[in-house]
Amino acid sequence: MKVGLAGSLESNDCLITVEEHDSLEIVIESIVYDFFSTQIKKVIMDTLNELKISHLKVFCNDKGALDYTIKARLITAIRRMEKL
Amino acid sequence: MSRSYLFIPANRPGMMQSAACFSADAVIFDLEDSVAITEKDSARILLQEFLTANTFDYEVVVRINSLDQNDGILDLETIVGPKVDAIMLPKATVENVQKLAYRLANFEKARKINKEIAIIPLVETAIGVLEVEEIVCLDRVKGILLGAEDLTSDMEIERNKTGEEITYPRARIAFACHAAKVEAIDTPFTDVNDDEGLVADALRARKLGMTGKSAIHPNQIPVINEIYAPSEKQIAQALRIVEAASIHQGVFSLDGNMIDKPIIDRSEKIISKAKRYDLL
Amino acid sequence: MKMNMLPEGFRPFVKADDYLKYPRKSIPIVYAQNQGPKLQTSIKEIFDILGIKDGMTLSFHHHLRNGDEVLNMVMREIQARNLKNITLAPSSLFPNQRLMCELIENGNVTRIYTNYLNGDIGKTICQGKMKDLLIMDTHGGRSYAIESGDIKIDVAFIATPCCDQEGNGHGKIGPSACGSLGYAIPDMLYAKRKVAVTDYLVPSVEDPEIQGRYIDYVLKVDKLGEQSGIVSGTTKITRDPIGLKIASDTAKLLDKLGLIENGFSMQTGAGGTTLAVAKYVRDLMIKKGVKAKFACGGITGYFVQMLEEGLIEDLYDVQCFDLEAVRSIGVNSNHHAISAFEYANPYEENARANQLDFVILGATEIDLDFNVNVTTTSHGLVIGGSGGHADTAHGAKVSIIVTPLIKTRIPIIKERVTTITTPGEDIDILVTEQGIAINPLRQDLLSKLQNSKLKIYTIEELYKKALAMTGVPSPLKRSEDVVGLVRYRDQTVIDFLYRI
Repeated sequence: MKVGLAGSLESNDCLITVEEHDSLEIVIESIVYDFFSTQIKKVIMDTLNELKISHLKVFCNDKGALDYTIKARLITAIRRMEKL
Repeated sequence: MSRSYLFIPANRPGMMQSAACFSADAVIFDLEDSVAITEKDSARILLQEFLTANTFDYEVVVRINSLDQNDGILDLETIVGPKVDAIMLPKATVENVQKLAYRLANFEKARKINKEIAIIPLVETAIGVLEVEEIVCLDRVKGILLGAEDLTSDMEIERNKTGEEITYPRARIAFACHAAKVEAIDTPFTDVNDDEGLVADALRARKLGMTGKSAIHPNQIPVINEIYAPSEKQIAQALRIVEAASIHQGVFSLDGNMIDKPIIDRSEKIISKAKRYDLL
Repeated sequence: MKMNMLPEGFRPFVKADDYLKYPRKSIPIVYAQNQGPKLQTSIKEIFDILGIKDGMTLSFHHHLRNGDEVLNMVMREIQARNLKNITLAPSSLFPNQRLMCELIENGNVTRIYTNYLNGDIGKTICQGKMKDLLIMDTHGGRSYAIESGDIKIDVAFIATPCCDQEGNGHGKIGPSACGSLGYAIPDMLYAKRKVAVTDYLVPSVEDPEIQGRYIDYVLKVDKLGEQSGIVSGTTKITRDPIGLKIASDTAKLLDKLGLIENGFSMQTGAGGTTLAVAKYVRDLMIKKGVKAKFACGGITGYFVQMLEEGLIEDLYDVQCFDLEAVRSIGVNSNHHAISAFEYANPYEENARANQLDFVILGATEIDLDFNVNVTTTSHGLVIGGSGGHADTAHGAKVSIIVTPLIKTRIPIIKERVTTITTPGEDIDILVTEQGIAINPLRQDLLSKLQNSKLKIYTIEELYKKALAMTGVPSPLKRSEDVVGLVRYRDQTVIDFLYRI
């Protein structure tokens, strides 16, 4: 099973894990969940749409990352997974 | 002309997003030594998204990896864009600075970037020091950063806080930069807890003719900004001289001192620096 | 609960100085009722002699902070006797008093009056497990609540680190020395019965802060508290670059406002960024050759250093935060212990809080009207309380909140704070690393800063700046079940605490 991992659990960062999957599944854990889970999900969805990816398992462990950080870590995780 | 250059690791989002608060004139986002080899890909993608998402009041510099390695090439491919003001090139030599200039020209054309991205060669080898007079004359070069840790390692000499061992490269770089009218940027002071040592080191470099200094910790910025800026007294005096010069013709006397053209020119430089640093 | 549905005995907040319309009310001072021998050695005996029973109100001070064992001892005795419906009035509560959670859950303790609450107890109460209300006052407000009889104390337990057999004592020496006992003075004067608790009995006490003529019994115990929890070794100034930047800008601001001149007075918080302001102010004082008349509030080693350097004439200490402050109060004649009355009783015209030129405070949230929250998180969980916040914000000529603009993606500025601790009319300036906002009520300050190089914004502009970085946070759904009240200095209710 191809897996990609990027980011960290440092403050203002997030750790993203992606896995090959037969459907789209997004799981979010965040220290600011109540305030930003909707926004985090949107960033992940928008990025996947940009990359034209419709099947993937994404796990985001967020420590207060801003949108561009989430996007960057997701792209990196996907690229790492694709390299395997 | 920037007084302070703050190094920020390009893989640390928390540090990158707060870089703007520290009043550094320039920020060097580092893709090289402060990023682990296994994280180089992550760092460049993060930096690219960061640059796209933000606007900047400070000069944006990116230190890329050496162009001899794939990482350096990928760095350029990923981050070159309109938000970048300068690329810092490690272990600079005449040859690799020319190669970088060539690549930048191509990127600007292909990506329709309407500015000329500058180069700050990082002189940190013996060869780099010996070639500095040539390097400063190359296209796009806006300043030289001295990298004393790698240089003393290359030279196999001891590196000390008091810096006697780097007096020569500091002076040589300062002279070459002044002759070419580019910036001479001093090496960072690596003991972040030694405030007095930082002051002494920054003064030492300034006295040799360096125009600015790099920092590895935000707490170092206020000291560096103060030392590399004209003082309140200097600014006040420069204003007096320039005002007097607008009234008098040729050489004149002020407070019993002879004021001639070189002094007036110097005063005008001080005033323009003061304006640049928001001190006026 | 709406303000027009307040339980009986509570009035809504109107404005900060509204209480001046009403005359000061003071119940009679209560002297020791016990004319016989006072020394006791068992808490059980104390409970028996005083007839401590269901429904009573017991009070405590918090000068032993997170090392306090006196409240724990009394709680264990309440548990052992299974007393019910007890009201407690500790001036603050700390994590090491978590035994309280059991007493709350079992209905032993049903109401609490306090000024600051940190730890598991906050969670228990905010989960709705206490039958009656948590009522949060300010330090100055508590002193008046006790003086006026709003809080009627049946028995006050006064931990007294050094005490004689008559109940004369202070906190300056002893194995549990904690310095000033300022918050205990209202309890000492007005509670029906007073018990001085000590682990260090001496033949006599010179210059006592706790006076035997008010004390009924002296309870000798083995240990008043854990030294390491009572005071920090030393309180440290932050090394965080953002905190230092905020502190440095604050000092520049103070200078520009003309507040760092000979004879000025100041108060800062005890740690982190607020204390760092003291460092930059000190640097300025040395550069300008300026001396301060006094500093007051909770005192730390940093201010002791300034006192001993001759930069400050006097320290007025209502609470010692570290060992240096405890040492100094014992040896420096110009380091004075003051009571909560002298510090911040709203009816004391000359209270120290009213004489301050400026005070530097923190915040968990601030809103567009400059209302400040230091009581709860954005979820409404109680993690603090006013302490002296609302008192000094009102009394000081200039009150300044210092805080990062954003704390892990959450902007510190809200449209409306989750809980109001201090009303916006008393908050003058917000200093963040991204810029400074001045309350529009202070046109005088705005005009002084017209030509300053400091980045001055409106609070709306700073708010938009923050949102541009973080994105707009989703609004939280909150319960309407009230678990407590936040009271202003005059005991009027300024906000509610809701179940989380």
